[in-house]
Amino acid sequence: MHELPVTESILEITLRHAKTHNATKVTDIYLVLGEWSTIIDDSIQFHWDILSEGTLAVGERLHFGRIPVELLCLDCDHTYAPTDKELICPNCQSIRVRVTKGDEFNIDSIEIET
Amino acid sequence: MTTKVPVVEKILGANESLAEKNRARLDEHGVFGINLMASPGAGKTSLLEQTLPKLAERYRIAVIDGDIATSIDADRAAEAGAAIAVQVNTGGNCHLDAVMLQKGMEEIDFSEIDLLLVENVGNLVCPANFVLGTHKSVLVASVPEGDDKPYKYPGMYRGVQALIINKIDLLPYIPFKMDYFRKGVEVLNPDLVTFAVSCATGEGIDEWVNWIIAEVEANKK
Repeated sequence: MHELPVTESILEITLRHAKTHNATKVTDIYLVLGEWSTIIDDSIQFHWDILSEGTLAVGERLHFGRIPVELLCLDCDHTYAPTDKELICPNCQSIRVRVTKGDEFNIDSIEIET
Repeated sequence: MTTKVPVVEKILGANESLAEKNRARLDEHGVFGINLMASPGAGKTSLLEQTLPKLAERYRIAVIDGDIATSIDADRAAEAGAAIAVQVNTGGNCHLDAVMLQKGMEEIDFSEIDLLLVENVGNLVCPANFVLGTHKSVLVASVPEGDDKPYKYPGMYRGVQALIINKIDLLPYIPFKMDYFRKGVEVLNPDLVTFAVSCATGEGIDEWVNWIIAEVEANKK
């Protein structure tokens, strides 16, 4: 899995923004992760506890904002969540579909002490 | 005092910036780059072995092979007609990233090359998240993997511009519902270019090779 490089990136971005705002401590980090972003929360937390040691961000809380996958049918405008076994529109069986949510992979914000 | 500060950054933004540099390096020399991804055993190296001799008549080709260990794949690529084959051992990492590709690229004199083929580490999860800077990403799927793979690995199927369905010679022997497979693919990636091939019989390889040629030529203009 690739949680280690992902965690390193989260830490790098966090510390860069913390420095810009002259933070003395980072208390919370808010992540926005789509359901299809293939990242495991516990594994991020595990790497985080090791990597953040000795930084401004040690001991802060990671908040995993999970965004469920949402699909939009272009034929009947039906918005739906896919099942494990079907991606096509459950309303009209169309395959003309767009993914509207679920790919997100961002840091939304951080909370800092100054 | 506690303050909330907006960040709104892509977590893997650093990799993406570096990938842009890799792309710029390729473009500087007019080299077209393709990132080949697949699960282990889908046939990435076999596909290269079928593809390289046909392309080597026309282009000077570099292959960068990402593997956890060994240089078996790079050796096979060199034998099949790559002008230069570089092995990047990821030391246990499950994917290539832009940094590793940059390292591999350092070993290549791009003024001597027209086409760069990157063979990523066999894995359907992680490589999808790490763009490399190539012009196109291609997924090699294979019939024995099963028709449910688009449903199980949507990220991978969403992140590519071309799909090869390999080992179609095995279709009579395996319960693979092509229609179900294609429906999943269509939802995830409507603009995907698809090739049904068999590296064992050579079926469909010419269409794939012609697509590469068309892409390389379009990129030159």
